Amino acid sequence: MTYLAKPKFHHPSLPKNEVGFTRRDYEGKVSTLCAGCGHDSISAAVIQACWEMNIEPHKVAKLSGIGCSSKTPDYFLGNSHGFNTVHGRMPSVLTGANAANKDLLYFGFSGDGDSASIGLGQFAHAMRRGVNMVYMLENNGVYGLTKGQFSATADKGSRSKRGAVNADTPVDTVSLALLMGATFVARSFSGDKRQLVPLIKAAMAHKGAAFIDIISPCVTFNNHVGSTKSYDYMREHNEVANCLDFVPSRDEITVDYEEGESAKVTLHDGSVLELSKNRGEHAFRDKTAAMNYIQEHQVKGVIVTGLLYIQPEATDLHEHLNTVDVPLNRLTEKELCPGAAVLKEINASLR
Amino acid sequence: MKPTDIAVPDYFHKVVDCQWACPAHTPVPEYIRLIAAGRYGDAYMINWESNVFPGILGRTCDRPCEPACRRGRVEKEPVAICRLKRVAADFKDDIRDRLPKPPEQKNGKRIALVGGGPASLAVARDLAPLGYECVVFDQDPKSGGMMRTQIPKFRLPETVIDEECDYILNLGIEFVGGKRIDSLKSLLAEDFDAIFVGCGAPRGRDLDIPGRKEVAKNIHIGIDWLSSVSFGHIDRIGKRVIVLGGGNTAMDCCRSSRRLGGEDVKVVVRSGFEEMKASPWEKEDAMHEDIPIFNYLVPKEFTHDNGKLTGITFEKVKAVRDAKGRRDLVPTGEPDQHFDCDSVLVAIGQENAFPWVERDIGIAFDKYDMPLVDKTTMQSTLPRVFFGGDAAFGPKNIITAVAHGHEAALSIDLMLRGEDISRRPPLIAKMLSQKMGIHEWGYRNSVSVEERHNTKWAPVETYINSISVEAELGFDLKTARAEAERCINCDVQTVFTKETCIECDACVDICPMDCITITTPGDESDLRQRLTAPAMNIDQSLYVSGSLKTGRVIVKDEDVCLHCGFCAERCPTGAWDMQKSLLKTAHAGAGCKDECRAKEVA
Repeated sequence: MTYLAKPKFHHPSLPKNEVGFTRRDYEGKVSTLCAGCGHDSISAAVIQACWEMNIEPHKVAKLSGIGCSSKTPDYFLGNSHGFNTVHGRMPSVLTGANAANKDLLYFGFSGDGDSASIGLGQFAHAMRRGVNMVYMLENNGVYGLTKGQFSATADKGSRSKRGAVNADTPVDTVSLALLMGATFVARSFSGDKRQLVPLIKAAMAHKGAAFIDIISPCVTFNNHVGSTKSYDYMREHNEVANCLDFVPSRDEITVDYEEGESAKVTLHDGSVLELSKNRGEHAFRDKTAAMNYIQEHQVKGVIVTGLLYIQPEATDLHEHLNTVDVPLNRLTEKELCPGAAVLKEINASLR
Repeated sequence: MKPTDIAVPDYFHKVVDCQWACPAHTPVPEYIRLIAAGRYGDAYMINWESNVFPGILGRTCDRPCEPACRRGRVEKEPVAICRLKRVAADFKDDIRDRLPKPPEQKNGKRIALVGGGPASLAVARDLAPLGYECVVFDQDPKSGGMMRTQIPKFRLPETVIDEECDYILNLGIEFVGGKRIDSLKSLLAEDFDAIFVGCGAPRGRDLDIPGRKEVAKNIHIGIDWLSSVSFGHIDRIGKRVIVLGGGNTAMDCCRSSRRLGGEDVKVVVRSGFEEMKASPWEKEDAMHEDIPIFNYLVPKEFTHDNGKLTGITFEKVKAVRDAKGRRDLVPTGEPDQHFDCDSVLVAIGQENAFPWVERDIGIAFDKYDMPLVDKTTMQSTLPRVFFGGDAAFGPKNIITAVAHGHEAALSIDLMLRGEDISRRPPLIAKMLSQKMGIHEWGYRNSVSVEERHNTKWAPVETYINSISVEAELGFDLKTARAEAERCINCDVQTVFTKETCIECDACVDICPMDCITITTPGDESDLRQRLTAPAMNIDQSLYVSGSLKTGRVIVKDEDVCLHCGFCAERCPTGAWDMQKSLLKTAHAGAGCKDECRAKEVA
C-alpha cells in the first residue's frame, strides 16, 4: 500500500503505440489494494492489452460493482469513462450504457462476491443477452473487504485462513457463462500475463458477451496452505488448455504453427486468433466439448486456463434488437420525432 | 547468468554511480540527504573525511561524479553535486571541535612531504592524527599548491583555501614554506622514515614557433602567469589578449585577463569546441564574460614590429578521421587568419619535471621520464618514497590528488607498521534496512520531478574588474534544498531475498522505470534483450536472483532505477527491501590493519 503516486519518470526507451501513447499513459491512480494483490496484476494486464490494441482511452467505459475487484478500474485507464455501480448491478448499468452508446468499448469489472452472490442474476442475464462487453471476474474465493469469509466461488473443502473448512458447493462461473450463452469464455490466472494479455485483447476484439474468469489470489486472506486460490496452488494445479496469439486484422500474420498443432479463428473484424493446442484436443468452438472439458478436469482437481470457448460469428444485443447504426445517444429530436407526416405513414401502414 | 553476489561490496558500490566515479569515493547521496535535512555541518564532515577539501572542491572540482549521476539518465541533467558540496561548506557551523586533535603522543615516525598541494596535505591529514610527525615543504610561502597558485581568486576565495589548509596544518603538521627541495638524495639522507612526493606537474608547455624569442616579454606561460597573479606579482595585462589552449587553465587565464585590463580577450584553440579539454561549465563561464572561443586554428607565427608583438598568425585546419578513426587536423587551404594582440598567454598543457630527483638513488623512471609508481600503493621503486597527485601519473585534478593521498597514507602507515602494503584493507560496507512502516521509509522516497537548478551569480559589473571578488555565489538554501531533493538516493539499495518471493508480479507492475522482470534464466546477453525494458546500458549491472519456486529468476536492471522503493512497498512478503549501503574506503589507521587481519583469520 503506497500513498505516493507512481513517479512520472519512465524508461528512456518506453515506446509509443500507433495512437501516440506510451503504456504509462494507460495507467490510473495508484492502487490502494494490499501489496501483492492479484487484482493489481490484472490491472497491469489490461493496461498492456489496451496499449497493444492502440485503444484511445476516451473511447472506453469501465464499469464495476462493489468489492476489492470493483475498486480496480480506478487504477488503470485514468482517462476513460468510469461508473462504480451498486453491488452486483454492474451488468445492468453496463447494459444500459451499451444500449445508449454502442460505440464505446465496455469493460465490466467484478469479483466473486459481486458476480457469484449478490449479482448472480445480473451476470447470467448480461451473458444471455449478448451485451458487447469484456466481463472480467477477478476471482479470489474470499470476501476480502469484510476480512476473508468464503465467497460463493470458494471450493468445497478448501480452508480459510483461520482454518475453517468450506462445506458449500462453489459456483463455477465459466460453466455458468457457457450455459447462459456467453460467446467467448476463458479462464486465466493473474500470475500469468503471457496468457492473460492476449486473452484480454481477443476478448476486446470479440463482438458479443466475452467472459474471462481470472483467478486472482488474495494475498491477505487466501494465500495459505489449504486455499485453492493461492499463488502456489494455482501454479501446481494449472492445466493450460492452449496458448493464444492475437493478431489484429491490420497486422500480417507471421505466427507459424505446423499443421495440426494450431488452429486459427478469424473474428468479425478480421483479426485472427492463433491457438496452439498444448495438452490434448479441445474443441473450443464446440460448446458441449468445452463443457465436458471443463467438467472432466474439474473432477481431476486441476484448473484449466486459456480460451475455453468461442463463437467467432457471434451477434450482440444491438443486432438482436435490430437497432439503428447510429448510437442511440446521438439520435436528435429530428430523427426521434420525424414529424406528423411520417407518423401518418406509419399509421397508414398499420391499417 | 549466475545469481548476483551482493555480499561483494563492490556490487552495491557500483550502483552508487557518483560515489563509484569519485576518485575519493565520497558517499555523495548520504551528504546530499543531510543537506536536504539542513544538517550542513554533518554533510561537510562526510565530505571532509573523504575528499579533505569540501569548500575548495565545491567550487573547483572536475566533477567526475556528475556525468556518472543516474539522474542524468533518468531525465536531462545530473544533480548539481559539486555545488551542493559548496552549500555544505558555506552554511556549516563551526566544525573545528569535530576535527581530529593533534595527538598528544607522537609515534616517533617522521614523514617528509614534498609540495604543499592537495596530495601532500591529504597524506598529512591522514597520518598526523595517528601520531606521525609530518613535515611539508613547499617552494611557495603558503600551503595549498596549485589550489592557491593556479586557481584564480574570483573562483576560489583565499579565505576558503586558508580555512581548509589550516584544518590540516593545525593537526600538528610542520609547514616549511618558501623552501624548494633541490635534491631528493639529500632529503633521503635526513631522518625521514618515508617521503611523499606531491610536487605537481609544475612546468607549463611552451610554444616554439617563429617570433617566440623576439617577443618573449609579451608571452607568458599560463600556469606561471596565474601563479604570479595569485601572489600579486602581476596585476596588469595588455588590452588585447590571446589565450592559446583549450583546457581549464586557458579558461582561468582568459577570465583573469578580463579582470586585469584585458578588454579584447580571445581564446584560440587548435581543436574543435567539443573536443576542448576544459569542462563545459568553465567554457560557459568564459563565454558568459564576453570571451569568444575560436576553434580549428593552429598558431603559426608570432608577428611583431621590431620586437613589439603585433599578433599571431593562425593556419586554418579541419578535423579529418583516418581509416582507424583517429582524428587528424589537416590544413583547409584557406588563407591564414591573423589576430592582433598585445599579450599572449600560452596554456597548452603541463608537464612533469623532476630535475631534483637524482637518477642513481633507486627510483626508476620510464621512457617518458616519469617515475615508476605502483597504481594502488603509490610506491616508487625506492620503497620509502611515494608519489601522488600530478607528480605520480601526470596532470589530473584535485580530487584525484586527494585519492592518491589517501592511498599513499595508507601505504606509508602499513609499511611503517611492518605490514605488507600490497594487501589493501577492503571497502567498509554496512547495509541498513530503511523500512520503518508499511509505507514509511528512513529516507524520502518521493521523486522530485524538478529540473536542475542554476546557482546564483553576482551581477557582472560587481566582479568583472576585480581579480578577487567571487563571481559565482552558489545556491541559496531554498534552491539548495530543492536541488538536494533531485538526488534519487542510489545508495538506498533494492535488496532481494528469493526465499520469500511468491512471484505475484507486484514489483514488476509497479516499477515506474520497468527495471524488474521475472523470467526464465539465461546468459547475460540473452537476458538483456528480453527484459520488460531492454537493458542496453552494458556498463550497468543486472541484479539476478537465484532460482525462484517456478524455476524462473528475478532480474533487475540497475540502469535507471529511481530507488523509489515502490517494489519494496508493493511486495507482500518483504522479499524486496530498501537498504542503505554505507560504503567507505579504508584510510590510514589502526582499523584497517585489524580488519585485514580479521579477514585473514576468517
